[in-house]
Amino acid sequence: MTPLAETFRDDWGRVLAALIGLLGDFDLAEEAAQEAFAVAAERWPRDGVPSNPRSWLVTTARNRAIDRIRRERTLAEKTRQLTPPAVAHDETDEMDATRFPDERLELIFTCCHPALATEAQVALTLRTLGGLGTAEIARAFLVPEPTMAQRLVRAKRKIKAAGIPFRVPADHLLPDRLAAVLAVVYLIFNAGYSAPADNELTREALRLGRALAELMPDEPEIHGLLALMLLHDARRAARVDGGALVLLADQDPSRWDRRQIAAGRAALERALALRGNGPYVVQAAIASLHAELPRDWPQIAALYGELARLTGSPVVELSRAVAVAEADGPAAGLAIAEKVPLDGYHYLHATRGELLRRLDRVEQARDAYRRALELVHDDAERRLLERRLAAL
Amino acid sequence: MKYMLLIHHGADTASGNEAWEAMSEEEQREVYAAWQAVNETPGLTPGVRMADPENATTVRVQDGRTLTTDGPFVELKEAIGGYCFFECDDLDAAIEMAARIPSARNGGAVEVRPIVEQ
Repeated sequence: MTPLAETFRDDWGRVLAALIGLLGDFDLAEEAAQEAFAVAAERWPRDGVPSNPRSWLVTTARNRAIDRIRRERTLAEKTRQLTPPAVAHDETDEMDATRFPDERLELIFTCCHPALATEAQVALTLRTLGGLGTAEIARAFLVPEPTMAQRLVRAKRKIKAAGIPFRVPADHLLPDRLAAVLAVVYLIFNAGYSAPADNELTREALRLGRALAELMPDEPEIHGLLALMLLHDARRAARVDGGALVLLADQDPSRWDRRQIAAGRAALERALALRGNGPYVVQAAIASLHAELPRDWPQIAALYGELARLTGSPVVELSRAVAVAEADGPAAGLAIAEKVPLDGYHYLHATRGELLRRLDRVEQARDAYRRALELVHDDAERRLLERRLAAL
Repeated sequence: MKYMLLIHHGADTASGNEAWEAMSEEEQREVYAAWQAVNETPGLTPGVRMADPENATTVRVQDGRTLTTDGPFVELKEAIGGYCFFECDDLDAAIEMAARIPSARNGGAVEVRPIVEQ
C-alpha cells in the first residue's frame, strides 16, 4: 500500500469531518477533500510525505474550498449563505494537528440522524466516514449505482435544508441517538458478514467500532458492539468451506482467529467493567461463550433468555430454543421453537427439522427441511439444508 | 432555522371526537395545559385556529372549470388540524418542540417542515 492509500483509509473520515466542521457544507467539504487527496497523490511521491499528512490534507482542502467560494462569489454576488473562515492562506506542511479537532463523532451523529431513512444513514456513513465510493456502496447493497447516488444526494440535501445539526447530541437525547449509530454500524457489519467473498464492509464496521470506542470510551454498549463484531469476525474463515456454509457446531476451531477472539474478549471485559448490560453486551457475552469449548449451554441459554427479554425478538427466542436443546435435550428445545411466531423464516424450520431428527421423528423432520428449502434465498444455506435433508 | 409545524390531530380535537370524549376531565385538563405551555414557549408563533376538516372544501381547476369536493384533499383523519411556527437552532430543537405538542402523543402526528429563508 502506498503512503497515500494508507492515509486515505485511516484519515479520510477525520479529514472530511474537520472540513465539514470548518465549511458547514457536505458537498463543498467532499469536493475539497477529493481535490486535496488528488494533489497529494501527485506531490507526495515526488516531494515526500509531509510530517503531518492529515493536517496538510485539511489545510490544502480548506484553502481550495475558500478559493472556490471566492471564485463563485465574484461570479455571482448572490452567494451569501457561506462565510469563508477567516484564516491565513498558506499551504504549509508544518500545521499543528491540534488545530483541527477530531469531529468524527459529530459527523457520525449527523449521518445517523433519525430524520434520515436508515438506508440513507448507512450509505452516508460509508461514504463520509469510510470513504467508500458510490459504486462500491451500491454493489454492497445490491442497488443500481444511480439509485445509490440519488440516495446520497437527497440525504445531503436534507441535512442542509432541514437543519440537521453537526454535533454530538445533548445528554438527554444521547441514549436513543447512540443506539441509532450502533444500529447503523452493526447493519454495515452484517451486510459484509453475510457476503463471504467481500469483507470490505465488515472491515469498515470494525474501523467505525474502534473509532467510536476511542471517542466515547465510557459507553459500555460501544465496547459491547465492538466485542460482538470482533468475536463474530474471528470465526469468518471457519464459517465457509468450499462455498458451503458451516454451522457453528461443525466449525473447525483451529480456523478461528485467536488474536481477534482475545481482542473481542478484552472489549467485552471493558464493557462489563463499565456495568454494561444492554443488548450488544449480552450478545457479545454469548459470542464469547460460543468461542469456548466445550460450550456452557445452560449459561448460553440463560443469556439468550435475557436478550429475548431486552429485545422482545422472536429470532432471539429461536436461538434460545437451540441453546435449551443443547442444555436440556431436543424435546425441551422443540417445545420453545414450536411457539416462535416466525412461520416465514427458514431458520425456524431448519431448527425444527434438526430437533425433530434428533427425536427420531424423521417424517416430520423431512417436512420441516422442505419448508425451510422453500423459504431460503442464500445459496450456501440452501446447499447446507439439502445436505441435511439428504442425510435423513 | 425556522420551521412550520403541521399538526395532524389525534384524540385531542375537541368537537365530537370519541377518543376525546373518552378522556377523563383530568386528562383533558392536561392536554389544555400542554397546549398552553407549547404556545408560551419562546420562539413559537401560534397559528390561527382552524375549524374541523369536516368543514373543508377542496378546489381544483380543470380545463378552466372550477371543481369542488366536500372535505379535505387527503383523508379526513390525515387532514391538517392546525399549525404553528417555531424558530430555533436546528432540527433537534424542532423535533423536541414537536414532541411536546399533545397531538403527537394522542394518536396524531406533527410534521416538521423547514421554511425556506429568503
